[in-house]
Amino acid sequence: MTSLAFEDFKPGHLGRFGPRGVTREEILAFAAEFDPQPMHLDEEAASRSMLKGLSGSGWHLCSVIMRMMFDAFIGRTASLGSPGVNELRWLAPLRPGDELTLDVEVTEARVSRSRPATGIVTLKAVVSNAAGQALCEMVSPIIVRRREDAASGQAG
Amino acid sequence: MRFFEDIEVGQRRELGSFTFTADGIKKFAAQFDPQPFHLDEEEGRKSLFGGLAASGWHVGSACMKLLVADGLRQAREAAARGEKVAVWGPSPGFRELRWIRPVLAGDTVHFASEVESMRTSSSRPEWGILEARNTGTNQRGEPVFSVLATAFVPRRNRNA
Repeated sequence: MTSLAFEDFKPGHLGRFGPRGVTREEILAFAAEFDPQPMHLDEEAASRSMLKGLSGSGWHLCSVIMRMMFDAFIGRTASLGSPGVNELRWLAPLRPGDELTLDVEVTEARVSRSRPATGIVTLKAVVSNAAGQALCEMVSPIIVRRREDAASGQAG
Repeated sequence: MRFFEDIEVGQRRELGSFTFTADGIKKFAAQFDPQPFHLDEEEGRKSLFGGLAASGWHVGSACMKLLVADGLRQAREAAARGEKVAVWGPSPGFRELRWIRPVLAGDTVHFASEVESMRTSSSRPEWGILEARNTGTNQRGEPVFSVLATAFVPRRNRNA
């Protein structure tokens, strides 16, 4: 099932993925559990907020991006996890019914010095709505296993 | 919540704790991050994490949950004192998020938030921009999570 290794991630555009819909029910359920601010839960309060209408939690949007990346390529990548996120910007609100598209670019790919059997792939992901408006942009490294022959060749 | 003028660099708030159960970890992962080490104990043991590990986005979301609860607590306290309650704006984002150590099933993470920088907004003078370092520490006192988050905070005297 895991078919993608470090060597498959070259700097450049990795792909455009989606669309994935986000429903009002999903927005309300995530907000109720993790981010119960009125702008994510209550139409009336949301209409008076800076975002002018019900919007999804930024952490919900992050989690949906994670799922879109899983479905697109992480699920078949020899991924060992991620140390963090360099930078993330919430640019526009996630709205009920949005159909999201994800663009992923590999900005850097290098072999790990501390674990030579692995590489660090830095991804820039931008998620947009159906109108093409970017909602969120993030830059995050993931740790990916190298192909065994490549890793042992390097070690020898 | 507090106004910009009521906040100082270095102020720290203890946000409370969140326990990551095996069921909670798997439920979040099944929906948002179904990598094997977030879904299955045995796969977790075989991974770099050494056990069933919470998705990093689950850890960040738990921190957000406690930040919101702390904000509500502050708002109630301000209202009880008869003070005007500040309504914070949406966050433009964060930097330097680090999943420092795995959060494993059964771990209890204590979260705290410390103000790291403050400035006024030149384009929106009724708002201040605050950066806070939100951190998570497990029951053994080991740091597991850190993020430098940005927030828009209303200024007390610019609302008129």
